[in-house]
This record gives sequence, C-alpha cells and structure tokens, in this order.
Amino acid sequence: MKRLPASLWIGAVLTLFFVAVAVISLGWTPHDVEDLVIAQRLRPAGAEFWLGTDQFGRDLLSMLMVGARISIAVALVAVGIGVVVGVPLGLAAAALRGSLLDEVIMRGNDLIFAFPSLVIAILITAVFGPSAFNAILAIGIFNIPVFARVARGGALSLWTLDYVLAARVAGKGKARISLEHILPNISSLLIVQATIQFSLGILAEAALSYIGLSVQPPVPSWGRMLADAQTMIYTHPMLAVLPGLAIVAMVLGLNLMGDGLRDMLDPRLRRLRA
Amino acid sequence: MIEIDRLSLAIHGTPILREVSFDMRAGEVFGLVGESGSGKSMTALSLMQLLPGGSETSGAARLDGHDLLQMSEARMCALRGNDLGMIFQEPMTALNPVRTIGDQVAETLRVHGAASRRDAYDMAREKLDRVGLPQIALDRFPHELSGGQRQRVCIATAIALRPRLLIADEPTTALDVTTQAQILTLLKDLVQDEDMALLLITHDLAVVAQMADHVGVMQKGVIVEQGPTRQVLSEQNHPYTAALFEASGHQPTRRAAPREEALLQVSDAKRHYPGPRKGFRRGPPVRAVDGVSLTLHKGESLGLVGESGCGKSTLTRALLGLDAIQGGAIRLFDAPVTPQMPRAMRAGIQVVFQDPYGSFNPRWKVEHLVSEPYHLLADKPPPAARRDEVGAALEAVGLAASDMDKFPHEFSGGQRQRIAIARALITHPRILVLDEAVSALDVSIRAQILDLLADLQTRLDLSYLFISHDLTVVRAITDRVLVMKAGEIVEEGATERVFEAPAHPYTQALLAAAPRLPDFATKEA
Repeated sequence: MKRLPASLWIGAVLTLFFVAVAVISLGWTPHDVEDLVIAQRLRPAGAEFWLGTDQFGRDLLSMLMVGARISIAVALVAVGIGVVVGVPLGLAAAALRGSLLDEVIMRGNDLIFAFPSLVIAILITAVFGPSAFNAILAIGIFNIPVFARVARGGALSLWTLDYVLAARVAGKGKARISLEHILPNISSLLIVQATIQFSLGILAEAALSYIGLSVQPPVPSWGRMLADAQTMIYTHPMLAVLPGLAIVAMVLGLNLMGDGLRDMLDPRLRRLRA
Repeated sequence: MIEIDRLSLAIHGTPILREVSFDMRAGEVFGLVGESGSGKSMTALSLMQLLPGGSETSGAARLDGHDLLQMSEARMCALRGNDLGMIFQEPMTALNPVRTIGDQVAETLRVHGAASRRDAYDMAREKLDRVGLPQIALDRFPHELSGGQRQRVCIATAIALRPRLLIADEPTTALDVTTQAQILTLLKDLVQDEDMALLLITHDLAVVAQMADHVGVMQKGVIVEQGPTRQVLSEQNHPYTAALFEASGHQPTRRAAPREEALLQVSDAKRHYPGPRKGFRRGPPVRAVDGVSLTLHKGESLGLVGESGCGKSTLTRALLGLDAIQGGAIRLFDAPVTPQMPRAMRAGIQVVFQDPYGSFNPRWKVEHLVSEPYHLLADKPPPAARRDEVGAALEAVGLAASDMDKFPHEFSGGQRQRIAIARALITHPRILVLDEAVSALDVSIRAQILDLLADLQTRLDLSYLFISHDLTVVRAITDRVLVMKAGEIVEEGATERVFEAPAHPYTQALLAAAPRLPDFATKEA
C-alpha cells in the first residue's frame, strides 16, 4: 500500500472520533440528559459540567454526545435506504439500457431530483408528524436517485468491456453479471458517494431538527440545541457555538474522507498524482 | 538538421533510454521502429520536453545547433507547434470535441502570433485543403468526421506553421488499411513539399520499409541498429532486427484442413439497426449485416476480413448467440443459434477478444476467470477437479498451473491473451471465434500466439473463425477467407487464391493498400 492521502487521514480521524463519542453515549454520559435541574441552569464550563449547562440545567457535553448518536443514526439509515434501493435500481437500468424499465427508473429519478429536497422533507414530516423515523424516511428517499445514478453511470461503462461480453458467452444472465462483475467493480464509486451522502444526511438532519421536525424533546439533537440557543447567543454564546462546531467538524471530516477515498480508489486520479 | 546526441532518460531513477543518438535531415523520414516499451514514444516526448514528472534527461538534442533539452519551458512553448509539430496515435481523442476543427487549426496559428484572427481562419482553410479536406467546412466538429479525416485535421494543425521537425507517433495504427495508405502518402508528400524532417514512430516494419529513408531499430531503450532503411532491412546485422523481421511475416506451420462436416452454417443473415434520428423521424435503417452466408467446416480456419464498420462485430455477436438476427438463419451443430439457445450448445463455441486488458474482471483470480465458462455445463466438476482442469488448460496454452492463483494484472499482454485462450478452451469447444485476438499484440508475441493457435488446432481438432483487419495475419493462419464490406461478403475463396488473385475491386484495393515488407526479406536474396 502506498502513502494514503492526508485528507483521508484527517477525515477518518474526525469521523472516527464522533462515531466513538456516539458509541460511548449509548452506555455512559457524564450526566443524564433528561435531568432538568433549573437551579443548575447556565453554568459555565467547570469541574462538574465540563462544557457547562443549558437554560434547563442539562449537561452540554452529554447533550452533544447523544446528539452525535442521533445525527449519525439518522444519516446512516438514510444512506442505507439510498444504497439498498438506489443501487439495484441503477444496476437494473444499466443492464436493460434503453428499455422501458430504464426510462421509468431514470425519469422517476429526475422527478425526485426536481423537487427541492428539504422542502419535501418538511412536507413529509409535517404530514406524518415530526419524528426521527419520518426524518430518516424523508432524507432517505432523496438518497435513492443519487445512488441509482452513480450505479447506472458506473455500470454502463463496464457493460461495454470485454469481460462482461465473455461472461455472456459463458451463458450468464444479466442479473448474475450485474452481481458478479459489475457491482464489485463500481463499489469504490459507491463508497465515495456514500461518504458524501452521509455528510449531507448529517446536515439535513440538523436542518430538520432545527425547525423541530426530527427527534422530539427530551431527546437532544444538534439542530435543536442550535435553535434553543439562538435567543441567548449574546449572553451565552457557547450554547450555540458548541453544537455548531460539532456539525461543522463532523461534516468536514466526512467530506475530507470522501475526497481522500476518491483519490485513493480512483485509478485515474491516482495516476495523475504520481 | 536535428542531431540527437547520446540522449538518456530516467524516470524516478528507472533508466528508460540509454545513449540514443541519431541525425535527421530536412526532407527526410527517419523511422523509429520497436515493440511496446522499447522507448520509441519516450524519445519523441524527450524532444518535445513533454516528459512525465520525475524525468531526468542527459545528452543533447540539437535543432540547428540549439539544444532542446537545455531550453526553458517558455522557449519550448514557443517552439512546440511552431518548429516542432506532433501527431498522435488516437485521432479520436487528440481533438477537443467541443471546438470546431477550424478553431483548432487556427488556434496554433494564433498562439504563436502568426496571424490575426481573420487571417488565421483563412490559413486554416488553406492547411485543411493541403491535407486533403477541401470539402470539409471549418465549422464542423470532430465527431462529424471519420477517423482518417480527424487524423488529417491533426496533421493540418501540426504542419500549420511549417515545422522543421514533425513527429508522428504511430499515426496510422488506429486506422484502417486503406486510410492508412492515404495518410502515409500524405505525410510523405508533406515532407517533400514543406522540406521538413519527419520522425515516424511505429511498431510496423512494413510501414517503415515503405516510408523511411533512414531507420533506427529500438529495443529496451537502446537503438540496436540504424542506417539507411534498405541496408538495415536487407542486411539485418543485429539479431533483434532479424527476429523482428521474422516475426512480422511469421507463418506458423499448419496442416491442411479436411473439409468434410459443416459445423456452423450461416445463410442470408440480416441485422439492421434503426437509423439515426432526424427530428421526429428516423433515417433509413443501418444495414450492419445484410445477407451474409458462410460455412465453417470441422478443423478449418476461416478468415473474415474487413475494415471498421463493415459489420464484423455485429456478425460475431450474432454467431455467438448474444444478439438475435432479423432475417436468415444461423445453425450451429445443426441447431438454430438464438440468444435463448441452450447452455450446452454455447459450450461448443467460445471466443477470444482483442483487448488483453479489458477481457478480465480485475478483481478475480485466474482460476475463477478461466473456470467461468463452467457455468455452461450441466454437471460442473467439483472444486478439486476444477483446479486440475484449469491447471491443465493453463499448461496447454504455455503457462504454469500455479499461475491460477494470480490476478490478471500480474501478467503481460501476451500472457493475458493466453489466459483468454485457456478460458475459451475450458469447456472443450469445437469452434473458437478469434475476434482480432492478436491485433493488440507486439509482433514477436503475436508470432508466438499464432504458433500456439496452430498447435492447438491440430491437437484439439478445433475450427477457427478468425476475424481481423490485419491481412498478413489472416494470410498466415487461415485456409479460406471471406472479405466483408458494408454488411456483405464481397469475396470468398481459398486464402492463397484470394491473396494472389483477388477478384473483387474492394479486395484488390485492400491488398494494394496494405503496407508490405519488401522482398529483400530473405538474406540470400
């Protein structure tokens, strides 16, 4: 293995840090995030509350840790929906290029692309009620066409290669060729895209929870922490700065990791750098 | 006057060229011939100072006494396209697809301040007329032109400022023989009219023999032999020159084919594609295969010759049962060939493709790759027996059984083509379709693969359908040959008869256009 790109290192370290924090929050947080102790409200950072408390006396660090878990979980499942539904659609469209199915899939994608995603997400959560599940669904639906496109584009160029023709001469059907030959060879494209979509999912979750359409109180989330803190931004700026920083660092980490992975996995770019 | 004086090149410490020296004079063609990886192209790129990062050169390359290797990038920019012109192999990618050809020819003139915007287009017109494109308007885009026309546009760009030195790196390798002949004639005329020196880089000895005044034979970064073309090619003092010469005209020993049982019969096969869209209507259908009939007998080698776009590939896909035909019939072992034909039937006809790099899934090991056609067999051998069979197949094509645990990228082009043959043979087919199977290989490797194919044919009693644009190869390995043009077979007959006395004008034109090794091939002559 050659030297890994620096962006990959930085991105992976940032991402792993947040994932670790989220995992730890499952078993342990410094304080219970559902403990409302008004007497302890708006404490500055100190020995008992490492990052201070909010206006209801909840520990900020604990809320950030749980918030990381919520963000990652929502984004991960949303990306999962995109991959599980979008990739097979893209592979099928490529395998049956020019057929009616291809047209239906790709025009369906265009239809979803044509709507501003956040507005539709707001619509979905507004109609079905705000909850983490509906947020996941709303974000996930918009991941489907992204993965369908990436999969179809990558697959189309592979379908013209001789080894695919050789597999057809060996009597293999299109579904089997898609699974055995096409999917493994577009996996690097998909991994890179998943990383980017993951960061977009974090942002989307933050946006939805900022307007109160994701997880509901008392479960904390980064977006709502920002919303709650904005009235006190002059008196207690750290309440807004900390969740904001968390969002920025997480998204930055994922984007850097995506760039780094692409540099590492795309043989054309690899040759350019050499 | 160009003197290359002990030019050496290393990239990241790996020596690529060692003490390459030759001289070129205005109005002369210097042919640089060698196999892939011999350093031909790197010599050209050194002269242009377009080497990849990490390159270190030593020695000198003097153009009228000025050393190109010592020049600053700014001075090289002034020289490139001006005193130094270059033509590349692939006309499909050498032009910018979103700009008109007039823009691209005029650009060279304007970059060097040789003409105002208005004059540049007039001069571009003049240059395009000169390279034989008077009927092509300046506002056409590259995709509207054929490969040969695009190569002419590249040449027009390269000669726009009357360079002292024109470098042509495999200028005709991607073109059909008849186009190749025209481009070579054009280049030769230009050299004389414009009084420039042409450095012609090619792997094809016949092209060099026809074109070059002087020739340098290159092997592993060294010019092993050079001199006047006639002298070098007739004396063949260096063993490598002799080996290259032998391989270029290599004739594998084959037994005469018995013509008895017909295995594959095609009668009046037709395959049309819908014509290109014109507004809401479609143009007339493209007749890719238009009434083709042929018969392949047991133990026979049948050649199918034609230029690109003649319908060879479409016919091949139909023969393999990958695409349906729209008229006529294809019968294999007396059963109809269709995309739905039973797997057991497919096992009887296998194929080897042209590209040794695109033929394998890069993530699979050789064992997995070679055994893929087992999918066709009803009773697949158990894993242990499978390894034995794959090992035997690899040994049959001259590789080691232990190679089955490697990945395809660990093999050279020639070895990969052997793996492709092993894969095609694993189901013990009776017919092998060889679709340009040796076209991408160097001559010496090509000779080895041809020997292997001849040997396998005798041992396994195979029938070959040999599809190629390369007449020399077809002549070397086939008993009968079919000449295809625009979807139809225009001539058919015993190979020697067709090559000695072609009846159809198209066949005559093809044979006349093919560059030929001169008769001083044999030393005794």
